[in-house]
Amino acid sequence: MWHDAALVCRKDLLIELRSRVGLNQVVPFAAAVLLLFGLALGPDRRSLLPAAAGLFWIAVLLSAVLAIQRSFAVESADAGRDGLRLSGLDPAGIFLGKGAAVAAQLLVLEAVLTVGVAVLYGVPLGGGLVMAATCLLASVGLAAVGVVYGVVSSGLRVRETLLPLLFLPVAAPVLLAATKAWKAALSGTGSQYWTWLSLLAVFAVVYAAIGTVAFGPLLEDS
Amino acid sequence: MAPAVRLREAVALAGRFPLLAGVTLEVGEGEIVHLRGPNGAGKTSLLRLCCGLVRVRSGEAEVLGHDLVADARAVRREVALLGHAVYLYEELTAPENLRFALRAAGADPALAPAALERLGITGRLASLPVGQLSAGQRRRTGLALLVARRPRLWLLDEPHAGLDPDGRALLDTLVADARAGGATILLSSHEHDRATALADRVVEIAGGRVMSGHVGPAAAAPLPAPDESAANTIEPDKAAHVA
Amino acid sequence: MSTVSLPPRTKPAVGREPAGGRLGGRRSPSGRADVAVRALGVLALTGIVATCWLGLFVTPEAVNFGNLVRLLYIHPPMAWVAFLAYGFALATSLLYLWPRTRDPRLDRLAGASAEVGVVFTGLTLVTGSIWGRTTWGVWWTWDPLLTTTALLFVLYVGYLALRRVPGDRETVAKRAAIAAVIAFVDVPIVYFSVSWWRSLHQAPTVDLAGRHLYVHGLMAWTLLLGFASFSLAWAWLMVHRYRLATLRDREADEGLEVAIAERRAEGLP
Repeated sequence: MWHDAALVCRKDLLIELRSRVGLNQVVPFAAAVLLLFGLALGPDRRSLLPAAAGLFWIAVLLSAVLAIQRSFAVESADAGRDGLRLSGLDPAGIFLGKGAAVAAQLLVLEAVLTVGVAVLYGVPLGGGLVMAATCLLASVGLAAVGVVYGVVSSGLRVRETLLPLLFLPVAAPVLLAATKAWKAALSGTGSQYWTWLSLLAVFAVVYAAIGTVAFGPLLEDS
Repeated sequence: MAPAVRLREAVALAGRFPLLAGVTLEVGEGEIVHLRGPNGAGKTSLLRLCCGLVRVRSGEAEVLGHDLVADARAVRREVALLGHAVYLYEELTAPENLRFALRAAGADPALAPAALERLGITGRLASLPVGQLSAGQRRRTGLALLVARRPRLWLLDEPHAGLDPDGRALLDTLVADARAGGATILLSSHEHDRATALADRVVEIAGGRVMSGHVGPAAAAPLPAPDESAANTIEPDKAAHVA
Repeated sequence: MSTVSLPPRTKPAVGREPAGGRLGGRRSPSGRADVAVRALGVLALTGIVATCWLGLFVTPEAVNFGNLVRLLYIHPPMAWVAFLAYGFALATSLLYLWPRTRDPRLDRLAGASAEVGVVFTGLTLVTGSIWGRTTWGVWWTWDPLLTTTALLFVLYVGYLALRRVPGDRETVAKRAAIAAVIAFVDVPIVYFSVSWWRSLHQAPTVDLAGRHLYVHGLMAWTLLLGFASFSLAWAWLMVHRYRLATLRDREADEGLEVAIAERRAEGLP
């Protein structure tokens, strides 16, 4: 299983490196979202600053949907999931590999967006370790849930609309916890972030476990 | 010797449409079988069933000793399908694709270069992302994968399509070589003369069933011909008594 | 005959259908079951009517809430039923996923329960909103329970959307069962996160403070009646939705025989 996971992760990241879709499309999309939020909430820093953490994570969530769709779109567009089924790979390994690749892409995205938020919304960066931990845990959790729903919707004609509908509500606690953890880190308010980080960790572990078990059956049905 | 493929009144559905409406077929190891039939007869579905991609709704299906009704996944490492779609990653080169696929199937990635050379995907072609190759070249890459993987059962869905005359001749050679190596081959092709010449026997498929050629001459005993009456339902209790 | 030691398994590879086969057997539920369901319906309806009557006319006003407390008799019961429905859907989904207890009836039950659950969740949100509006003048409060319920609503609308996607029966059932597990696992996570989220703020002036309400005597009985009758209503609605699903599946099965015959006919000259 781990061998297959490493194989798939490496393959997905190699494809991303070659095609640069994440870098050329998903990151600009997220930046556009940040800009649009800025336009909607007004140029006054006083209204943007308190909302900055939340807006950041909403942008991440929306971009995650794209990243997940892309992860499955590379699996030969016309044949859907047959390629994965026929490959002989262990489905749990495919899940972990794809999840890891998506999480890695999300981390890169978050790094870029952090700079964006600092610049656009004037957020003073501080509490770096907590912010980094939040990003890591949140990305893993989002990737785990996302890849499970991704494989379900990837074979369907309604995939573009079904995936966001399924993914975003389930990801809501991640949004909540990550925003709170970031706020705590940015304002330096004591150890409040522990509850949020532990929530993110629980989410990540639970859905990674569910995904490892459920991916196989979900991949199989036609 | 146990047959490579043994299907008994196998029914497969896509939603509510019966792709296969009771297929009975037996293929021995080392045989080359040509599936022939009109468009929409069920040839592709039959090939997909043999690698476990299509779920068997009722009936029996056993491929290379694996019971497909119980577990459709187990057979996949020993079977390879070359279908209309070629399962390659557009952004990776041919050698990269093959190495990944071989590793994934538990085969030796070092076999890739030789296979690619045999199929003529070398030099400049081997350094391009597969998405930039022509359809025929992609087909050849898919074939190279088959050659390198050396599966026990080859499932070829219209393999001659998209290949130039040299490619077609090469394919015939590869199939013969594979059989010499002990593999079983099922192929469907609209190149009737070519495929019939290549094959040991021809199986006619129509209306989701095998109409003739269920079993080769070397089999133990003849199977009954399919029941032509429209009243032939798939009542589970009755089917158990097929002699 | 063939020497392969394969058991002559020609039963459908799907779960077991109810005894009596697809075409024969019970065409309609036995008389006793029918009467029982009717009785259930009547009981539920009576209970609900009684709750409303008691709630609106008989019970007294509450100390802090005045006439608003009357919503108490239907809002928490509806929320309870929503959770009950989803819990039931989860249980049947888990049983379906377990190979030994796999049965298409379980899948139909899960779908039916979830649908009823969504209806009740919607009602919960509406009544909760009314409460908020009339008590504090706001259409929405970010109370943990209410927010969790709202998210639950969206989660299960997604579940129902997934059930609607075409595919063969086992495919849809498996997909939906896994989705039900994923959704339900999210519920406590959502609840905890929203609770913590709320608790960090200053003491909220808007708190769905049913807990601060002292319920006694007739009010308590009415509340209990409310819980009971809405639960019965859930059961009754679910039974009917389940029957509808069963009939649909049966129709599909019968259509299958025809489809197979037609398919075979394609091959004949």
